[in-house]
Amino acid sequence: MSEKYDLIIVGSGPGGYVAAIRASQLGLNTAIVERDALGGVCLNWGCIPTKALLRTAEVYHQMQNASAYGLKADNVSFDLDAVVKRSRQIAGQLSGGVKHLMKKNKITVIEGEGRVVKGGAAPKVIVTGKDGKETTYEPKNVLLATGARARTIPQAGLEPDGKFIWTAKEAMVPDTMPKKLLVIGSGAIGIEFASFYNALGAEVTVVEMMDRILPVEDEEISAMALKSFQKQGMNIITGANVEGVKPDKDQITATIKGKDGKTTSESYDRIVLAIGIVGNVEGLGLEELGVKVDRTHVEVNGFGQTNIKGLHAIGDLTGPPWLAHKASHEGIVCVEKIAGKNPHAFETWNIPGCTYCHPQIASVGLTEAKAKEAGHKVKVGKFPFIGNGKAIALGEPEGLIKTVFDEKTGELLGAHMIGAEVTELIQGYVVARQGELTEAELMETVFPHPTLSEMMHESVLDAYGRVVHM
Amino acid sequence: MAIEITMPALSPTMEEGKLAKWLVKEGDTVSSGDVIAEIETDKATMEVEAVDEGTVAKILVEEGSEGVKVNSVIAMLAEDGEDASEISAPGGDAEPAKQDREAEKTDTKPEPKPEPEKETSVEPEKPKALATTQKDGDRIKASPLARRIAAQKGVDLGSVKGSGPHGRIIRKDVEAAEAGAPEKPQAAASPVKPDGLILPQVLDDRIYAPDSYELVPLDGMRKTVAKRLTESFMQVPHFPLEVDIQLDKLLSSRSAINTAAPEGVKVSVNDMLIKASALALMAEPDCNASYTDNGFAYHKSANISVAVAIDGGLITPVIRDAQSKGLREISEEMKDLATRARDRKLKPQEYTGGTFSISNLGMFGIKSFGSIINPPEGMIMSVGAGEKRAVVADDGSIVARTVMSVTLTCDHRVIGGAEGAKWLQAFKRFVETPEAMLL
Repeated sequence: MSEKYDLIIVGSGPGGYVAAIRASQLGLNTAIVERDALGGVCLNWGCIPTKALLRTAEVYHQMQNASAYGLKADNVSFDLDAVVKRSRQIAGQLSGGVKHLMKKNKITVIEGEGRVVKGGAAPKVIVTGKDGKETTYEPKNVLLATGARARTIPQAGLEPDGKFIWTAKEAMVPDTMPKKLLVIGSGAIGIEFASFYNALGAEVTVVEMMDRILPVEDEEISAMALKSFQKQGMNIITGANVEGVKPDKDQITATIKGKDGKTTSESYDRIVLAIGIVGNVEGLGLEELGVKVDRTHVEVNGFGQTNIKGLHAIGDLTGPPWLAHKASHEGIVCVEKIAGKNPHAFETWNIPGCTYCHPQIASVGLTEAKAKEAGHKVKVGKFPFIGNGKAIALGEPEGLIKTVFDEKTGELLGAHMIGAEVTELIQGYVVARQGELTEAELMETVFPHPTLSEMMHESVLDAYGRVVHM
Repeated sequence: MAIEITMPALSPTMEEGKLAKWLVKEGDTVSSGDVIAEIETDKATMEVEAVDEGTVAKILVEEGSEGVKVNSVIAMLAEDGEDASEISAPGGDAEPAKQDREAEKTDTKPEPKPEPEKETSVEPEKPKALATTQKDGDRIKASPLARRIAAQKGVDLGSVKGSGPHGRIIRKDVEAAEAGAPEKPQAAASPVKPDGLILPQVLDDRIYAPDSYELVPLDGMRKTVAKRLTESFMQVPHFPLEVDIQLDKLLSSRSAINTAAPEGVKVSVNDMLIKASALALMAEPDCNASYTDNGFAYHKSANISVAVAIDGGLITPVIRDAQSKGLREISEEMKDLATRARDRKLKPQEYTGGTFSISNLGMFGIKSFGSIINPPEGMIMSVGAGEKRAVVADDGSIVARTVMSVTLTCDHRVIGGAEGAKWLQAFKRFVETPEAMLL
């Protein structure tokens, strides 16, 4: 007979494995089911390996600009295989790290595909191992954290074809360096790959359906990003759709319908699909169990509880924002509730988002437009990188930090940043929002000199007409 | 650093409780997991375990103190190597908690004159700020944004209960306090004072001399029962439906089941009525409902509350998902819940969340009676005694049958007469044809 678990988690991404560790800390006998490598998409095929690639792009870009720093670097070039190898090695190292964490926290790792079937107080979990053997478990609670995958549109031929069309997963381990690359979709994933391949010398075209790139970001940030990408040589087409693709022998031709309704055809070496993601709801036995699913996302309440008793879901599987740190946080709330603690229900108002293109983009909360839409009278502060000593010294004078306050209460409604290292800066504002600081505390806070963070201070001061260095 | 031990929240709605008993004294060494105190809430007594290890340096709230606010510091623990005698209470001493207790005592004294109009609202008493923050208003823990919004909207922070870490008042709390009522119905289950009733409930000294009776102070459970029943009876438009049900077949099924059952399993008539109620709720899902201001809530599971009279009050443990449980499971669960209910050891989740109630006074020979609805449940069924009665059979002859009368009390806001009647038909069918329960 199988062991009696308090909790079985299906999926070991940043939602699942973090939830498992929290469960173990709370004394729950926990097992985690994984069909592939520990760490899920984040560690193996998402966040981490792409950051490794983008670091390569950044260093390469700096080497090309060595003379600007008084350095000499001639014949700068790259070895694509070595670049990819480094990225894979880092992913492998971190997956091994998760394995160690599971062991340290006495969490049982069950290899195989999990699915749920009707049980007593909670559904049963059946795991099909690599050898095809099925094992049934009867845990007290089940947590689904199976994540998501790239959305494809097979009807339009927009799905991986083993050669020309890539999703993020294929784009991460390129067989060849494309000379001409088409990226469909300009969200965080599309823009990061566009940035990487552009830096390594590909001629990159980005097609976005909406009227601006990075459509979830503040309009001003989108506009600055657009200008910067165009300056770097990217071709960006907004308000456009890829109507169809046709593979030839060496290239693939895409038909693009522009804003004006005219269609043009252009040939590319490769296409990257970054048109959103879909939840991994298939094969889990959800339909038979009667679990409520809205399109490809499992419906849950603020504690990750589904409509089926004892069955929980978190992370990308439950819907946007599709971010690793959202999944981890949801997992912790869900597990604390299972363990009988009294956590606050999960909310999305203070989840930061980061895009690691060059220049970087980071934001939290409402954009200026969304804040006005919600009925706030706003005070907006802006501070450009060119006014910051550290930014100039770094050779990164491009960028902006924008803050949006509620005029009446002084609440920091949102913060939006573009420029060097902003993904590391945003957390300051996230903490301020979580602690419900107003403009007064932010203005009174001492920011160290010389740092990029001084711009965060200046942006707040600017919203209240007290900016110093402008 | 000394470790603060705070009053735990034993349920999401708990605001204060009684520190019933200390199981440790100053100077005792405790380790993580040791039971250090017993807390009595409105419904149950629960144990408090130590989370850290160390030496009990100070006990700040005396045994027997009532109205101890959740999150207030009740004791200080000295860590290894720390001198226990050096440790003092945070922010002064425990006076505020003691004062609370005094206040509580005075409140329960009979007062000769009726209270002023404004004090007679049904709103529970506003929670005071935590003991550690009460002495000077400056030390109320609140976020800067909460302070500013409170100032703008004229909300007194001292009257706001914080939901943030360590009871810190955050924006949401101030907004909820300003909005007032909407959040309050939930708080109905929280400890209340007897003066939460609409009419002042005191005896007039001129008519009943104080030495002519013995006054037993109200404990949390008695207060809750008084308040909830008053609210229910006055606020829920209720109506009764009565029907006679023949029990002979159910009784013979029961003895057949018990003969076949393994040693130790003995299914009662009540267990079978629980099962029949649950199946009737599934058959008439319109009746498994709660009235809410936002709409009718139709419950998906039949969670059957069973009224259990216990020493000093009444409690309704809940058999969850009774529709999908077997008689044996219901029987065993009911036995366990009833035993622990009498010991006041039920966890809050074991006596909340019902969707329908059963109250049975048949064992006392009561023929029929009506019960008061247990909100937010939509119906409660009162079960009378099964007794031999003369029944006119189909062929016109008069025969002796075992018959019981049941009375269904319905919340008319969500359940109509015809719906209630259909439910009783379904229930009667299951009881009179117990085989149908096997389907």
